[in-house]
Amino acid sequence: MSETVATRAGMPELAATQPVARGFRRWWKDPWRKPRFLEALTWAYLAWSIVPVAIAVLLSFNAGRSNTTFQTFGLRWWFDDPDGESLFQDEALRTALTQTLKLSVITMLIAVPLGVSFALGLDRWRGRGSGPANFLMLLTFVLPEIILGVAMLLVVRFLLTFVHLGTTAQVLGLVTFQISYPVIIVRARLLSIGKEYEEAAMDLGAPPRQAIRRVLLPLLYPAIFASFAIVFADTIDNFVTVRYLSGPASSEPLSLKIYTVARGAATPAVNAAATFMLGSSTVAIALGYIAYRYLSRGQRAGVQEFTAQV
Amino acid sequence: MSEARTDVEPPTPIDRRRSKAEPSDRSGVRYPRWFWPSFAVPGTVWLLVLFVLPFYVILSVAFGTVDLFRNPLPVWQPWYWTTAHFQDVFGKLFGSNAFLRPAVIRTFLYVAVASAICLVVGYAVAYYVSRFGGRRKTLLLVLLISPFWISYLMRMLAWVNLLQDEGYVNRLLQFLNLIPEPVHWLEGKPMTVILGLVYGYIPYMILPLYGFLDRIDPDLLQASRDLGASPVRTFLRVTLPLSRPAILAGLVIVSLPMFGDYYTNNMLSNSPRTTMIGNLIDDAVGSPGQGPQAAVIVVLLMIMLMVPMLYYMRSTQKASGAV
Repeated sequence: MSETVATRAGMPELAATQPVARGFRRWWKDPWRKPRFLEALTWAYLAWSIVPVAIAVLLSFNAGRSNTTFQTFGLRWWFDDPDGESLFQDEALRTALTQTLKLSVITMLIAVPLGVSFALGLDRWRGRGSGPANFLMLLTFVLPEIILGVAMLLVVRFLLTFVHLGTTAQVLGLVTFQISYPVIIVRARLLSIGKEYEEAAMDLGAPPRQAIRRVLLPLLYPAIFASFAIVFADTIDNFVTVRYLSGPASSEPLSLKIYTVARGAATPAVNAAATFMLGSSTVAIALGYIAYRYLSRGQRAGVQEFTAQV
Repeated sequence: MSEARTDVEPPTPIDRRRSKAEPSDRSGVRYPRWFWPSFAVPGTVWLLVLFVLPFYVILSVAFGTVDLFRNPLPVWQPWYWTTAHFQDVFGKLFGSNAFLRPAVIRTFLYVAVASAICLVVGYAVAYYVSRFGGRRKTLLLVLLISPFWISYLMRMLAWVNLLQDEGYVNRLLQFLNLIPEPVHWLEGKPMTVILGLVYGYIPYMILPLYGFLDRIDPDLLQASRDLGASPVRTFLRVTLPLSRPAILAGLVIVSLPMFGDYYTNNMLSNSPRTTMIGNLIDDAVGSPGQGPQAAVIVVLLMIMLMVPMLYYMRSTQKASGAV
């Protein structure tokens, strides 16, 4: 066929495209061809999802005043601004930074033990009441945060009036919102552990309490550490609940500062604040992952299993 | 998992003793009755006081009255509840002066478009990583989950940086001669808001889809191919029908937070032209005298989202029960 086309005068270019077209068709028909299109799409997606954040991080190291254009590298917006507007110099930003860390630590310390105990109860308790309790827990997980935030605000304003808006109210709201994470993570782990180990412990004479403390709890450590990391990182990023329940300006964490300033006269100090939050979350997740790896050594525990926990 | 269980099956004498004690439920034998419920008590009490009670307060405000200064006066006794606030909001939604309606319609539109984009892109990415990830799977997974620990606000802030009039997006487009002058991306453009929603929530679509697609038995696909089906046909007739539950769950999990979202909108548009339901609630909470209206819209939103929420809760229950 290509010969007949080639002999036709005046259409030499067709002769050249014909094999290409056929090659394309053969490539298209090849059942074992590599999924180039999907591959390109995946990498394009990843670039789209990560590059903007990378640029935002980069802008926090901008030596100029702009948070749209990178000029030269400098740590001015972290702690070296002549006008004292940088993250670690500005009084308001420093207070916000402390508040962020304070809320995260307190929430983590309350939500995780509460959630772990709740998970044990929900997993083993087979009676009336366990169904509704489980339903409530899952509902906090799927409910849009604004609904929970407004509900918490109204309850503090009208009924539990002894709770003051600010850190106390924020912690109560955050724990309510976060409690489902440890429950879900620990229950998944309980499901894969099974009941045999504690039953064996009790066959060997351990009372129930001891069987749980000495056998079941150590088996749950990976899930517990993963929960600590996730609750901590997620609370740093929280903003809806924290915003509705914030009281005086000193109870506004970094996330709230970013929200209020972003569309106003923002300096790269905002980017520095965001980068600081990113760094804290990353450290928390990394520590959680290392603890997870260490505690579940000898079992199949790679990134994939860790993400399955998340 | 099931093999692990049979491995550690205790020897028979113990089995017999246990089955004598309680033939139906072998596990509950040696724990006192109150033992396991007592673990669930603190969490249950917490949720009753700080989750159920707040909803009762929301209802009391929504069905309540107002004082002289239009501050909400919750009515605690359900038998005295009035529907005045609801009638008020219904009037603003369906009446002649329905100024709340556009925001509701807009919300549905934005959420539908954004969820659809999330699904198409998310499915393609999840499919590629699960089927063809190969040795790079771990790296790809880390990149896929990285948005989860980057603050949502930071991810929006990144776009605020990029989409400013003198930001990198405008400069790139101008450099490529695609636009004559800077576009005001951040001044009430629906496209910006939708892209913001997609950017914010697509990771929640990809991970469950990936988890599901990764568990599909490759032998099934191999069988389909061996029987002569083309790759496209195998996808359409085997993979896609198998992943229907994951698709539905993914759509629910991305659309639920979008319905309550106001911050994406406020950061990327901040204009009444793109107001959504979340903004209605947030604005009402923030302005004096509109507390009851906020409560009413929250109640309506909650009712509206009940079906997808119940569906999602049931599907996750089923999934964890099946393991």
